Amino acid sequence: METIRIEGLRKTYKIYQKQEGLRASFRGLFRRRYRVVEAVRGIDLSVDQGEFVAFLGPNGAGKTTTLKLLSGVISPSSGSARVLGHVPWRRENAYRRRFALVMGQKNQLWWDLPAQESFRLHQQIYRIEPAAFVARRDELVDLLEVGKLLGQPVRELSLGERMKMELIAALLHSPEVLFLDEPTIGLDVVAQHNIQNFLSYYQKLKKITILLTSHYMKDVIALCKRVVIVTDGVIVHDGSLKEIIDRFSTHKVITLQFADHGLPHDINRFGEVIEEQAPRLKIRVAKQTVTDSLAAILQLHPVEDVSVEDPPLEQVIAEIFTSVKQESDSTGKRAISKI
Amino acid sequence: MPAIADKKHWSTVHVLQNTLVTWWTILRICLEERLVYRGDFALGTLMRFLPIVTQIFLWGTIFETISGKIAGYSYHDFIAYYLLTMVARAFSSMPGLASGIATEIRDGSIKKYLIQPIDMIGFLLLNRLAHKLIYYGVAIGPFALVFFLCRNYFPSMPPLETIIAFASSLVMGFLLGFFLEAAIGLIGFWLLEVSSLLFVYMLFSFFFSGHMFPLDILPYPWNYVFESLPLQYLAYFPAAVWLGKIEGESLVTALWIEAAWVSFFIIVCRIAFQRGVKRYSGYGG
Repeated sequence: METIRIEGLRKTYKIYQKQEGLRASFRGLFRRRYRVVEAVRGIDLSVDQGEFVAFLGPNGAGKTTTLKLLSGVISPSSGSARVLGHVPWRRENAYRRRFALVMGQKNQLWWDLPAQESFRLHQQIYRIEPAAFVARRDELVDLLEVGKLLGQPVRELSLGERMKMELIAALLHSPEVLFLDEPTIGLDVVAQHNIQNFLSYYQKLKKITILLTSHYMKDVIALCKRVVIVTDGVIVHDGSLKEIIDRFSTHKVITLQFADHGLPHDINRFGEVIEEQAPRLKIRVAKQTVTDSLAAILQLHPVEDVSVEDPPLEQVIAEIFTSVKQESDSTGKRAISKI
Repeated sequence: MPAIADKKHWSTVHVLQNTLVTWWTILRICLEERLVYRGDFALGTLMRFLPIVTQIFLWGTIFETISGKIAGYSYHDFIAYYLLTMVARAFSSMPGLASGIATEIRDGSIKKYLIQPIDMIGFLLLNRLAHKLIYYGVAIGPFALVFFLCRNYFPSMPPLETIIAFASSLVMGFLLGFFLEAAIGLIGFWLLEVSSLLFVYMLFSFFFSGHMFPLDILPYPWNYVFESLPLQYLAYFPAAVWLGKIEGESLVTALWIEAAWVSFFIIVCRIAFQRGVKRYSGYGG
């Protein structure tokens, strides 16, 4: 069943262009220059119920703008979107009771009060039946292991603890759709891992639809089967993680461990050396030459151990971002005009 | 049919009950929040009484140099007036409301009101009500003491109708102050930074609300100009009602006009919020 449907969604911002210096500041009092930027340029997307979709893209690609549009925080310049059958920017309470938005960089809890007070307020705002509220709160508190922290003012919680509380607050009303905007930003490895485990478990358990933006590829690998890549306001890829690697990764990484504890000098004729730590060596080899190169190396040198891997996802994604940006810069598509 | 009608009635009652419980929860949590910073709260409450002491000394000195009255006000009248405007201001002043709304717009924290099934203006009104309730709860002791010590400055107790009109003017003063400042804060959707605008408003409010001097001491036609502005209801009007300067039919008319101003600013807030949200860019990530 289709939960989210977006067609030709566009969002244009008019941004004041301030020139450098005091004189320019005074000039700006009388005459201002604006730049019209298309943050989202005609996105089409369909997401089914129970999907966990990653929204990837460099900073300023339009990911957060898309989430803001889908959660009704802003209205589009053109295009249409329906989430659970609702037009998000109409901000009907019937819709607002069915989704939640968690932003890693924004706090939605009462800063000076314990999280349990914010939860109680959510119970009333979202009209959650008392028994259901207690059951859900206790379940989430147990899963995230924050029982001892419920009575502590939010300002005194660590970033990881606060994010757990934010997630509880967002899930208390059992949203059918959850928008997560960089939920693990700034968290240490352990906290990231805890949040990932929780989200993975909870999504499978409740079959909710989740759209996630994150710059941590570990989040994406751990959680999402489907990946949508957005750059410069348009979707450049929509498919599985595996498809991304197959389609965009032009190279493989061969790790070699040599038997004689030395490193051969002619190895760079097979590919680019990316890591050198005798007796181990990593080289980046074009996909179509992997078999031939590996056969030649094994014939020429005593190799104790070998592995062939896809490059890290971060690297593949970075390459996609760079290539699309170069293309966009050359055509100058994004900033459409100055007024 | 009766069963359907009954069900409908029950569901209306249920919705109303839910709404009241929600309001009460918001109010309760706002009260709790207000009580977190005890030191700041105690200091803020007590410092409110400092200006009245300076006013008593200032007007005492002025009246020592002149004899008789100023524009019909004796020394006692002035002190009674200032004490009453202090009460009125305790209802109508909204410190940090407009700047708070503008900041939330600018830094993006307003998003929480847009994604949750909650009315932002209603929420802020309850929040402010909680602040006021806590303030009155604590300040009622010092207020009573100050009024007791200054009891000789007041004329005899006004009739019940005047007391009711005074109470109504205070409640409407609270609503007017709230919606007027909220409307200024919502200009933040267009201007982002409203501090200068707020400064101008505070300046005008200080003079033309009657906070600094009774508006009826102004010469004609200025007294009529300022008495026709909504700002007079923030301080001057409640004091004038208690002191019996507005009575009878003119009092009833004035209360209706005040109610009209409150309604006007409620509508302004609603329109400003609806239009502002449409042009909102979701700043701050």
